[in-house]
Amino acid sequence: MRVDEIQTIEHDVVVIGAGGAGLRAAIECSRQGLSTGLLSKSLLGKAHTVMAEGGVAAALANADSRDHWKIHFRDTMRGGKFLNVWRMAEIHAREAPDRVRELEDWGAVFDRTKDGRINQRNFGGHRYPRLAHVGDRTGLEMIRTLQDHGIHQGLTPHMECTALQILKDGDRVAGVAAYWRETGRFVLFRCRAVILATGGAGRAWRVTSNSWEYTGDGLAMAYDAGAELMDLEFTQFHPTGMVWPLSVRGILVTEGVRGDGGILLNSEGKRFMFEYISERFAPETADTVDEAERWVQGDKSARRPPELLTRDEVARAITAEVKAGRGSPHGGALLDIASRRPADFIRRKLPSMYHQFLELAEVDITKEPMEVGPTLHYFMGGIRVDAESQMTRLPGLFACGECAAGLHGANRLGGNSLSDLLVFGARAGRGARDYLDALSSSPRADDEQILDAFRAATAPLHREKGENPYVVHEDLQDVMGECVGIVRTGEELERGIEQIAELKERAANVRSAGASQYNPGWHEALSVHALVTVSEAVARAAHLRQESRGAHTRLDHPGEQDEWGGRNVILRKASDGTMDAEVVQRPAPPEELARIARATIEELEEEVSAERGGAAGTAPSAAAPAAPASPGGGRG
Amino acid sequence: MAEQWEFRVWRGDSDGGDFVTYPVEVDPGMVVLDVLHRIQAQDAGDLAIRWNCKAGKCGSCSMEINGRPRLSCMTRMNSLPTGEPVTVQPLKTFPVIKDLVTDVAWNYVQNTRIPPYSPGPAGADGTRRMHQQDVERVQEFRKCIECYLCQDVCHVLRDREGRDKFVGPRFLLRTAALEMHPLDRADRLPALKEELGCGMCNITKCCTAVCPEHIKITDNAIIPLKERIVDRYHDPLRMLWRKLRGQPPE
Repeated sequence: MRVDEIQTIEHDVVVIGAGGAGLRAAIECSRQGLSTGLLSKSLLGKAHTVMAEGGVAAALANADSRDHWKIHFRDTMRGGKFLNVWRMAEIHAREAPDRVRELEDWGAVFDRTKDGRINQRNFGGHRYPRLAHVGDRTGLEMIRTLQDHGIHQGLTPHMECTALQILKDGDRVAGVAAYWRETGRFVLFRCRAVILATGGAGRAWRVTSNSWEYTGDGLAMAYDAGAELMDLEFTQFHPTGMVWPLSVRGILVTEGVRGDGGILLNSEGKRFMFEYISERFAPETADTVDEAERWVQGDKSARRPPELLTRDEVARAITAEVKAGRGSPHGGALLDIASRRPADFIRRKLPSMYHQFLELAEVDITKEPMEVGPTLHYFMGGIRVDAESQMTRLPGLFACGECAAGLHGANRLGGNSLSDLLVFGARAGRGARDYLDALSSSPRADDEQILDAFRAATAPLHREKGENPYVVHEDLQDVMGECVGIVRTGEELERGIEQIAELKERAANVRSAGASQYNPGWHEALSVHALVTVSEAVARAAHLRQESRGAHTRLDHPGEQDEWGGRNVILRKASDGTMDAEVVQRPAPPEELARIARATIEELEEEVSAERGGAAGTAPSAAAPAAPASPGGGRG
Repeated sequence: MAEQWEFRVWRGDSDGGDFVTYPVEVDPGMVVLDVLHRIQAQDAGDLAIRWNCKAGKCGSCSMEINGRPRLSCMTRMNSLPTGEPVTVQPLKTFPVIKDLVTDVAWNYVQNTRIPPYSPGPAGADGTRRMHQQDVERVQEFRKCIECYLCQDVCHVLRDREGRDKFVGPRFLLRTAALEMHPLDRADRLPALKEELGCGMCNITKCCTAVCPEHIKITDNAIIPLKERIVDRYHDPLRMLWRKLRGQPPE
C-alpha cells in the first residue's frame, strides 16, 4: 500500500457524524466559507436524531409566558445535580430560542399555539411547557430541515463513509483516515480541523434505545488522538423503553406520554411515583393524586405530577418496584394514557407511539397500558471541550452534541439534547473557523501514520484465525449489563474492569470472513475496539466516583456527597497506552450563575417578572400575550 | 416458543447473484430484520443489510419481502404465512451494491433539484405566525421517512425510462410540502412542469399503497400539484368554459 494510491479528498474542515449536531456544525462551517466535508456512517438523514420524539427545549415562552432562560438554566443545573459545566448550561439556555427560531426560518413546521406561534409541551424536569415539537416525531423534523437546508449551503456529504482514525501533524489535527462502506475502499481526508459529532456508545449494553451506529467511535478516536474524556460514569437509562416482545426490548417510548398526562402503575395498580419523590424536588412536586390531577387540568397553583420527575429518578423508581416484585408481566411498569386521554387525542399527539405499539407489540395504547422499563439511552459524559469554542485539548479537534461532555452534568433533561445539538453544533462550527483563522501553517500527516491506520483496519480481514466479532460484542453487553448497569457496586465494577480487559485482548484478535465491500462483519470488528475502549472508561469512572449522583447510582455509596459535587473524573491515554483515570477539582462556579441555580423557584419567577417590567407573581406578564396552548401542548 | 423457518435471501452484487437458503430459529415477536440479524450473527457475517433505528422511523431497511416492498423492521414474522419459506431480496428499482443493499444515491441528487424553502421576513415581533389547520397538510407530507418504497414501486421509475425526467413520488411530495407551506414564496410550478416531470405521474397510486407512514401521496400531494399546473398553463378560454360548466379540471 502506498499513500499516493489511496483516494485523497481535501477540505478545510471534516465533520464526522451527520446527526443534528454534525449537520448544524457543517452548515455553520459552510456558511463561514469553509470547504466542509460531512461524513456519515449511514445515509444522510438516517442518524439517531431522527428517533428523537418529544421535542426541543427552549425558553421561547410561547406556551407559558413566564418562561425565561434563567429558569431553563436553573432546571438544567438541578436536573444535572449541579455537575454541569456552568458556562455551557448558561450558553445553552440563552441561545436555544434563537436556534429553534432559525430552524423555522429554514422550513421546520412545528405544531402551533392557538395564536399561531410554535407550541411547547411539558416534559420531565422542565418548570414550564418548553419543548417545541411536531407530534412525537420532532427529531425527524429537525434532521430533515437541517438536511434540506444543508444541501444548498455548499457542504459536501460523504455518505456511508466511516472514520477510522484522526491523523495528526505533531500535536495538531491534520486529517481523517476513513473507508467507504459501499466499496470497502479506503479514503484519506486531508483537512486542518475535525469536528466530532458521533453520539454515544449505547450499543455497549443489550437493552438500549440506540441504533447500531452508537458504538462510541468519536470518543475512542478522540481518546486515541490524545483528547480527554470526562464524566463517563453518567450513562442515562431512559425510564420508558419497550420491554415486550423481546426483539423490541429497549426501543424508546417518549417522555411525551407522561408530559401529556400518562401515569405509571405497578402490578397492584398503584401509582407508585408518589413514593419516590426526592428531597430536592419535593417542594415543586405534587404529593397527592388530587393535586397532580389539578395540574393536568391546567391549575397553575398545583405542582407537577411525580411522573415528570427527572429521568434518573423515574428509572430508579421503576427498577425498585420490579425488584420488590411489583413489576408488570415482563418485568417493567405499566404506562397508562388510555384511561387518561381520549383516543383521538392520543392518536394525534402521539401518532408514532400509537403505531409502534400496535405494529410491534400488538398493543392498542388508546385502550391498554404500555409495558415499559429502563433502557440505556444517552451519554451525559464524553469528550472534554472548551465551553465557548467546543475545542478539545487537541488543537484543531472539536466535539459537539452527545459525544461532548459538560452541558448535562450527572443527568440530562429530556428535550435538552435536541437544543444541545443546535446550540453547540453552531458553536463548534464557529470555533473551527476561529481556529483556522489563527492557524499560520497547514498541518500535514506523514505517510507512516496514514499507512499504519489503514493496515490496522485491514487486519481482521487478513487473520487466518480469530474470534467472531459479534460474539465479543455480545459478551461485552453481558458484562456491561451485569457489572455497569443502572445500579452499581464497587465490587461489580472491579469485576467489570477485569472482564473488559480480557475483552480488549479478544477484540484485538477478531476475524471477519469475506471481502471488504459492504461487510457488516468487518465493520463490527472495527467498532468493537471503540466499544471496549469506551466501556473501560465508563467502568473506571464509575468505580472512582464514590457517591450516587444523577444517573450514577452506587449501592455501596448512597446519596450525593458534597465533596464529589466539586469533582470530575477525567480519562486520558497514558504514554504506555493504558487508561489513566484522574479525579480533578472543578473550578468554583461564577457567582451570578450559582445564585440563579440555587434560588427558589418563587424568587426566580419574581425576578424574571420584575425584569420584564410586569407585576410580580404568577400572572402572565411577558411582552407576548399568553397563548392558550392546544390540548396537551401546554398545561392549559 | 421458538419456531423453525426457512429464509431465502438474495446474495450477490452488481455482477449478479442468487438466493441462498438459511434455516433459522424465530422467537415470538420477531420482525424480519431480527431474523436477518440472527442469520448475520450465526451463519453469514458478511450479509449486507442497511438498517438503523429498528422502529420504523429512519426508513433505512427497505427491501422486498415475499415480493412486496416493505420495511423489514416493521414486518412481523407472524404476519407472514407460516410454514412457507420467506423470500427476501433488494429493492428492484435501484442498482444492487451487495446482497440486500441498493444504491439509492440517485434520490439524493433529485432532492438538490428542488428550489429550496424561501420564506419572507419574520413578523415585527420576530415570530412567524401560522395556524395549526393551515400547516396540517404540510405536516402530513413531512412525516416522510425517505424509505424510497414509493420510488421503488413507481412504474415510471421502475421502467427506468423516466429517470432524469421525473423525480418520483418522494420528491413530488417534498415539492408539495414546500408549495403548500403557508409562508413560502418561491414559485416551483415551472420546475414541476418541466424538469421535475410532474406530468409523467399516471396516478396509479402504487406509491400511496406502500407508504409505511400512510401518507396519501397521490391524492393529497401529486394531484393538487397537477391541478395547479393545469390552472396556470392550460388555455384560459377552455378553463373558463369548464368553470362555467362546473367541471373539474383535468
